[in-house]
Amino acid sequence: MSNTADLSLLQPVLDEYAGVKGSLITILQSAQEIYGYLPQEVIYHVAEATGSSPAHVLGVATFYTQFRFKPVGKYLILLCKGTACHVNGSDMIAKTIYETLGITDGETTEDGLFSLTFVACLGCCSLSPVMLINDDTYGSLTPEKVKSIISEIQAKEAAV
Amino acid sequence: MSYTIINVGQGSCGIAAGAGKVKKVLDEKLAGSGINVGIVGCIGMCWLEPIVDVYENGVLHRLVKVNENSAEEIAAAVAADDFAALSKYEITADDKDFLDQQTRIALRNCGIIDPESIEAYINAGGYKALEKVVTTMTQQQVIDEIKTSGLAGRGGAGFPTWFKWNAANQSAGETKYLICNADEGDPGAFMDRAVIESDPHTLIEGMLIAAYAIGASEAVVYVRAEYPLAIVRLKKAIAQAKEAGYIGKNIFGTDFSCEFTIKAGAGAFVCGEETALIASLEGERGMPRLKPPFPAQKGYWQKPSNINNVETFANVAWIINNGGAAFAAMGTENSKGTKVFALTGKIKRGGLVEIPMGKTLRDVIFGIGGGIKEDKQFKAVQMGGPSGGCIPEQLLDTVIDYKELSATGAIMGSGGMVVMDETTCMVGMAKFFLDFTAKESCGKCVHCRIGTKRMQEILTRIVEGNGREGDIELLEELCSAVKEGALCGLGQTAPNPVLTTIKYFRNEYEAHINNKKCPAHECRDLISYSIDADKCRGCTLCAKKCPAKAISGEVKTPHTIDPDVCIKCGQCATVCRFGAVKVD
Ligand SMILES: Cc1cc2nc3c(=O)[nH]c(=O)nc-3n(C[C@H](O)[C@H](O)[C@H](O)COP(=O)(O)O)c2cc1C
Ligand code: FES
Repeated sequence: MSNTADLSLLQPVLDEYAGVKGSLITILQSAQEIYGYLPQEVIYHVAEATGSSPAHVLGVATFYTQFRFKPVGKYLILLCKGTACHVNGSDMIAKTIYETLGITDGETTEDGLFSLTFVACLGCCSLSPVMLINDDTYGSLTPEKVKSIISEIQAKEAAV
Repeated sequence: MSYTIINVGQGSCGIAAGAGKVKKVLDEKLAGSGINVGIVGCIGMCWLEPIVDVYENGVLHRLVKVNENSAEEIAAAVAADDFAALSKYEITADDKDFLDQQTRIALRNCGIIDPESIEAYINAGGYKALEKVVTTMTQQQVIDEIKTSGLAGRGGAGFPTWFKWNAANQSAGETKYLICNADEGDPGAFMDRAVIESDPHTLIEGMLIAAYAIGASEAVVYVRAEYPLAIVRLKKAIAQAKEAGYIGKNIFGTDFSCEFTIKAGAGAFVCGEETALIASLEGERGMPRLKPPFPAQKGYWQKPSNINNVETFANVAWIINNGGAAFAAMGTENSKGTKVFALTGKIKRGGLVEIPMGKTLRDVIFGIGGGIKEDKQFKAVQMGGPSGGCIPEQLLDTVIDYKELSATGAIMGSGGMVVMDETTCMVGMAKFFLDFTAKESCGKCVHCRIGTKRMQEILTRIVEGNGREGDIELLEELCSAVKEGALCGLGQTAPNPVLTTIKYFRNEYEAHINNKKCPAHECRDLISYSIDADKCRGCTLCAKKCPAKAISGEVKTPHTIDPDVCIKCGQCATVCRFGAVKVD
């Protein structure tokens, strides 16, 4: 991994929570918002700034599924694998994404465009199966619908 | 010109269904007309979203499944004062029944008031209960009122709320904390999200009353990270309440002071368990610990703390305003008041349902929910998520009551109610939950960490057609060991989905193990597709649709499926208009 993360971007966050006990998770969440994931040097930097060890920070970060340790694609697909979505066919949707993009949970396409993460429930169970792409929710999915959503994004990106 | 108000439902599910675009169209078309387009939260009729409420001189026209095109027509009709033109979008009497059969207390404002406006909440009677409590009641009187109401924790366990408040109140110490559990971990449930998104001030008011009762001056809300809109609305509401003086120092001029903070979870189911939640609030790995000491003695930062669920708090202001006795008048001997359920799965009318305790499961699923999608056969309803169980058809008349539901092997749970039909494999369902709990087990205790993993392995081999004789008994043995040996509620309840499916659907387990068949035709390794030559007309549709190119045949002659190429996706069966595709 290249050592490229600009640590100064994190400084305002570290200043805001300096001395506020119990804010490690909040700091890591802000860090992930800034960098898209948690690069190793950020883990080290947060450890130093909060006066704990990198092992402790990494221990906390790896406990929670929200944190990522690899860069993600431009479009992050969160596919719901909750009960309602399961009953209404989310396995089929996962399969369609795999067939279309060749990625499964935790993976990123080679062109860096798409990443896929399975999540427990997006709270839109009535529209199941559901997925979230960046900030947009797509419900009542079918394999055809997923394919057309993906190809629309691909077409948009190809045009840029 | 009529006096017109328009509100667009803007909960997460409404927005996902396109409510944002609908509002934009209405805004544009009605700009300058003097008619303002407002927002409301989620009314709970998720299958009809996007929903637009138009009030003509106070009379409601509820317009459903609105899209950008119909929004243009609606705007034109409203601008022309032609309300008759709206009738084609109006909700049907049948669908309206979904709400008419409910009794709304926790959800009383949801989908009716603007969740982003404190004035809207105050106009609906908001913060009156808080005023009454802090200016006229003692802590003990508040606790007694809650005791009279019989309110029990809505987060799953159903523990009497007054008892926990009393314990925290009695605990020695200057600093105490009030915590709201908005982690909503049950995958398939969204009651708490709906309350926060649609009526955040109800939660805040309930929490302030609880904080007063236990003597806490700091309140914390732990919200699931997957709920960004809920976090935004709650932040806004807290800022408004602070501005209005309901949060902060000397509330209503008394010496009661209380500050609020929000913490976002980071995706770990076990953090819904209260001791794990506290560890997570403290910025650590969310691992549960043994109780006692209970949070009421040693909680957040080792101080006395009280944790309640969102829905529990959402009932509090109503109870203070209407009296505990009015709440206790609803329900059964053991379970008082109402309960909110998130009705989903293979149900016709899925959404939020709030009903008095004591109704039956049949009332909810067939009465309010309208029965099973496509009129298929009901098989089971799953309640309580990964900690709960599946209740079969013969128990549909079970009443909604903590005790009665526990007697089935399931639990009341936090309110997830996932309906399954004949096409859902119950062994697959048990595997689904064990995949979940095995993944979410924090690993601290051996029974949960290894036990759930072993159960998951056995269930996996059963659905893959490699089940062995004795597997059912082995599962039962593991279930009882994990139940007894696990440290926290996650492990102690993880066997419930397995135990209830074995209890009520043993035949499905046996079919998988002994006959290598999946009666629901869901487990791919155990099914095969073929074409009935007598029924096939050779229309070629299935061959065109087959993603694996496994189907061959000439036009107008019966087609065949190559089992070695078939990926069992079932598309051929879906598209065939002659019912010629057989699944076995
Ligand atoms: C594994 C596990 C997950 C839980 N998840 C939640 C949850 O998501 N929301 C919740 O309110 N309670 C959850 N609980 C229950 C809490 O531990 C606690 O009992 C509850 O928040 C207390 O509030 P109440 O008395 O108002 O129900 C969970 C318990 C366990 C064991
Ligand atoms: S189960 Fe998928 S959104 Fe809830």
